[in-house]
Amino acid sequence: MIKERYQSIIVQVICSLLIPFIQLFALYVIFHGHYGPGGGFQGGVLLAVSIILQRLYLGTEVSYRKFPPKLAPALGAIGMLVFGLAGVIPMLFGGAFLDYGNLPIPWVHGAELRALGILIVEIGIGMAVFGTLVLIFDSLIGEGW
Amino acid sequence: MTLVQIILAVILMLGGAFFLTVSALGLLRLPDFYARTHAVGKSETLGTILTLFGLAVYNGWGLSTFKILFIIFFVLIASPTATHAIARAALRTGLEPWTRKKQTGEDTKDKKS
Repeated sequence: MIKERYQSIIVQVICSLLIPFIQLFALYVIFHGHYGPGGGFQGGVLLAVSIILQRLYLGTEVSYRKFPPKLAPALGAIGMLVFGLAGVIPMLFGGAFLDYGNLPIPWVHGAELRALGILIVEIGIGMAVFGTLVLIFDSLIGEGW
Repeated sequence: MTLVQIILAVILMLGGAFFLTVSALGLLRLPDFYARTHAVGKSETLGTILTLFGLAVYNGWGLSTFKILFIIFFVLIASPTATHAIARAALRTGLEPWTRKKQTGEDTKDKKS
């Protein structure tokens, strides 16, 4: 249904101009999540929106080559794995679940280590949401599966 | 924050409110889909840009002003593109544009029947 690219030069140019900015803003939202509004979920949604916009204006034939649909469930699984490991590894080193202060990272201590743990969890959530939303879109348009 | 800055910001934001009101009025009053997209696509973009520019003037120089200027830039390019895509999709799926002649003809037909 959306196999070929969208037949309007205006939409093509503007979408190709907007997508890098959307991805940059998504990374900003993920990495700025513990200082301001935003976080892993919102950043992941923005990343997924950039890929969905690409699917809509380039058509699935080209877009499946740029971002293969097999990559989406793998990304979601890796994101959940990162989240789970950030929760379980502190338990092995004598803390509670998601107790970032006990992560075994040398040369980082105290509050910095806790901020780093939150960042790892945010990245995991972002990857999981990104993969899952792209997977939902690919299943809905029903091609390549 | 000087007085000139505040007055300029108020003028810009009132202009933005005026254009947004006009676009809302056009959305309510105009006869068919194409006329409504025509009204909203132009005047809403201008109203949003004027309002945001008023906010930028009120804020003075700073990081937030640059963020507002980026938002203005993206609204400026994205909003007319969205309007174009919607109107184009409507035309290609076969929605007929409204004309006065056809409308009066249908009116008389309705009255006769």
